Amino acid sequence: MNKTFNQKAWYFVIPVFVLVAFNAAVPLMTVVNYSFQETFGSNVFAWEGTRWFKEILHSERFHASLGRQAIFTFIILLIQLPLGIFIALTMPKKGWGVPVCLILMSMPLLIPWNVVGAMWNIFALPDIGFLGNSLNSIGFDYNFTQQSGDAWFTTVLMDVWHWTSLVVLLSYAGLNSIQPAYYQAAEIDGASRWDIFRYIELPKMKKVLTLAILLRFMDSFMIYTEPFVLTGGGPGNATNFLSLDLVKMALGQFDLGPAAAMSLIYFLIVLLICWIFYSLMMKNEART
Amino acid sequence: MKKIKWLVPTIYIIFLMLPIYWLLNMSFKTTTEIINVYSLWPKDFTLENYVTIFTDSTWYMGYVNSITYTVFNTIISVSAALPAAYAFSRYKFLGDKHLFFWLLTNRMAPPAVFALPFFQFYSSVNLFDTHIAIALSHCLFNIPLAVWILEGFMSAVPKELDETAYVDGYSFGRFFFKIFIPTIAAGIGITMFFCFMFSWVELLLAKTLTATIAKPIAAIMTRTSSTSGYELGLLAAAGSLTIIPGAVVIYFVRNYIAKGFAMGRV
Repeated sequence: MNKTFNQKAWYFVIPVFVLVAFNAAVPLMTVVNYSFQETFGSNVFAWEGTRWFKEILHSERFHASLGRQAIFTFIILLIQLPLGIFIALTMPKKGWGVPVCLILMSMPLLIPWNVVGAMWNIFALPDIGFLGNSLNSIGFDYNFTQQSGDAWFTTVLMDVWHWTSLVVLLSYAGLNSIQPAYYQAAEIDGASRWDIFRYIELPKMKKVLTLAILLRFMDSFMIYTEPFVLTGGGPGNATNFLSLDLVKMALGQFDLGPAAAMSLIYFLIVLLICWIFYSLMMKNEART
Repeated sequence: MKKIKWLVPTIYIIFLMLPIYWLLNMSFKTTTEIINVYSLWPKDFTLENYVTIFTDSTWYMGYVNSITYTVFNTIISVSAALPAAYAFSRYKFLGDKHLFFWLLTNRMAPPAVFALPFFQFYSSVNLFDTHIAIALSHCLFNIPLAVWILEGFMSAVPKELDETAYVDGYSFGRFFFKIFIPTIAAGIGITMFFCFMFSWVELLLAKTLTATIAKPIAAIMTRTSSTSGYELGLLAAAGSLTIIPGAVVIYFVRNYIAKGFAMGRV
């Protein structure tokens, strides 16, 4: 769409600008302040320069939680995207099945995150949970509170349960926007099922899939509440992801300086990856 | 191939329903039964857990609190985002692209980063432990999302609609409320759905910003389960009840979801 140049449009943006700035700028400046200072409690501060940043960037603990976080996000994207697309492809296109699928599949998205954690906790408990009990009775030695492999398996399964539906909904919407004419043309050309997917459906879903990847990346990289309730980061540090580690440092040990420096580094990593993604997306949009 | 196609969504839905069923199952059991007997359905069916929640004000006020700030947030986010999204979809102005990306960056900010400064900030402006504080803090991620989704819907409406209305003598205000908003009603519905959803499920900020008066149900659950040992039955009942508002909202927007998504940016 060709847009007109009009500076007065700023008036429309002011409410949003003020609300978000009120929420973002002031707290962010607080974090920046802390990150350069040492506190001795009761509002006594001393300038520390970049010491915390250097410390965090060289700390084993940060590397370990960043590594865990990266692996977790990678696994999540690798499972949820193909699975979500696959389910969307098999969903009914019309009839009573559509609302039933949509309503039931959206359910996990609207459950408060700590309830999701608590629900999976009692679902997976080895003695009284359905999942834990079933796995143990068919011969697996499953205990997510003691074995780190099981803890990972449970956390990943929980996230797949929780968020795959978002990918399904987005892909389904993308598929629905394809005109029937495309399929008819493909049929005339004698295209195989794979060809239809590869050359019609996938390109048409590009926009919604980009959004799905972006949202899933951001949210899985920031995951906090669900693993906090499910495993508390344990056993040991096995599922201690970035956010969990950060909150432990800031509110648990009250190491405000290092925690603030870590926050900023964390935020910059998310920002950088999203910026690359966003630029690629805009470039594509400009071309089409 | 055609015949087994329905199998995939069916299996997926069964997988989704299993943990929810387990939670419901637990909520109708007494805590003693949960711990001592493993059974696929309640042997000693009881409504006691639900009775406790509905008669104890510290419990049911949690639901009232959560719904209050969620509704506040949805109203604030959507009404602020409407004009902004219109500006982004119709006009070019100084710094528009940067502003749009800056807005999106706030959706990317990990709430864990903001928890502590938010606590200090809202305490210093005397809003700590109020519904409005949580509603405002959730604007941090809901407004960018609302602007993003609405902008997509608005850009799908051809500009000729605006121009025809002006030619017909509509003022901007009348055009916006009488013509434009009804045109993108589906988009507004979807946006409200997302704002409601992300505000309803968020806990970290809501918990940090409250002590007693505005405490959300989700936070009350964590507190109770840790102080009185594990009251699993009660926890399960409280958890089951948090599913209801979401289910109601989905029911209302079910027709918009597929239609709305396809229209807009998403």
